[in-house]
Amino acid sequence: MIDIDYFFIVLGMGIVTYVPRWIPLVALSRRQLPRWFVEWLDFIPAAILSALIVPLLVTAGEPRHLDFFRPELLVALPTFIMALKTRSLGGTVVVGMVLFWLAGKIF
Amino acid sequence: MRARHEGEEYFETRNQPRDGDDGEDVMSAGDRTTWIHAVREGALGAWPICLGYLAIGLAFGVIAQKAGFNPLEIGLMSLLVYAGSAQFIAVSMLSAGAGFVPVVLTAFTVNLRHLLMSSSLVVYLNRIGFGWLSLFAYGVTDESFALNLARFRVDEAWDWRRALVLNHTANLAWIACTVAGGYFGRFIPPGAFGIDYALSAMFICLLVFQLRGRLYFVVAIIGGVSAVVISLLIPGNSYIIVASVVAATAGVILKRSRLSFLRGEES
Repeated sequence: MIDIDYFFIVLGMGIVTYVPRWIPLVALSRRQLPRWFVEWLDFIPAAILSALIVPLLVTAGEPRHLDFFRPELLVALPTFIMALKTRSLGGTVVVGMVLFWLAGKIF
Repeated sequence: MRARHEGEEYFETRNQPRDGDDGEDVMSAGDRTTWIHAVREGALGAWPICLGYLAIGLAFGVIAQKAGFNPLEIGLMSLLVYAGSAQFIAVSMLSAGAGFVPVVLTAFTVNLRHLLMSSSLVVYLNRIGFGWLSLFAYGVTDESFALNLARFRVDEAWDWRRALVLNHTANLAWIACTVAGGYFGRFIPPGAFGIDYALSAMFICLLVFQLRGRLYFVVAIIGGVSAVVISLLIPGNSYIIVASVVAATAGVILKRSRLSFLRGEES
């Protein structure tokens, strides 16, 4: 059974998570956006993907500190080169997984 | 010359009406085949995310089960919230006795970054109706955003229907994997087959796809370096949104500053 308090907490979390996903879609669609804003949005994917992945590769612990000797970073280099050379998502994911698995055996 | 106008051109072509691309039509026979194709390709396209969710979802299920949540509660959270890191944080806060306000506020700040992702996707979703947009919004995550954006850019056939199906396939995988983790995740050895690295490898590859010229490379470096610096200074995950805004803004400034070496080729 589900506790009613739990239900409302999860519902609240769901609403505050949904709203930031929803507002830009309904507010900005079917609208001519200013050119600087389109240019800005065009840079967001490269910026956000890098901001998501790089700290996961070079920081660790709680509180976070720099740590360059991690299998995550070691494996990221060949994975990055694989993506550059092959431009294949499937191949890159599989190679990354296999290398990480092997790194786990060695470390 | 071409490079300087690429973003603009792209935006304009994407705004032109295309056949079979109107979300508010009554469903016809042609529409039905369009949907059948979309469901197949969208669901198949979601595979890297599903693989990654297998690892993270099972891990979440195990942790939640150990913290005293039953599979029904786990499934409800995955259905209503559908956000990986926020769910991990919520489970640890709830099992430590935190109440409604801190847990909901934390979920809000942790997930605010989706604001940028939806803004970035809107360029490709200009011709669909309110209802479909609202359904689409529910499935915007780090993973679906990155994958859909890469497909929209390179794949002419990738439309809002495929993107929508991809979003919801990933969501179903998330719900299924987290609930399964709650039942029997503890029998699976951690780190099996390097599956923990599936999403990292996917993000690395999708980042490479975004490096379409020197300027994008510079933006990625600014984003990565500032994210690391901010993440060391401020706990939590606000570094993602701050670093992205800094890097994209720097990109626009550099693009307009006419630095000649940055006006390199864009492919």
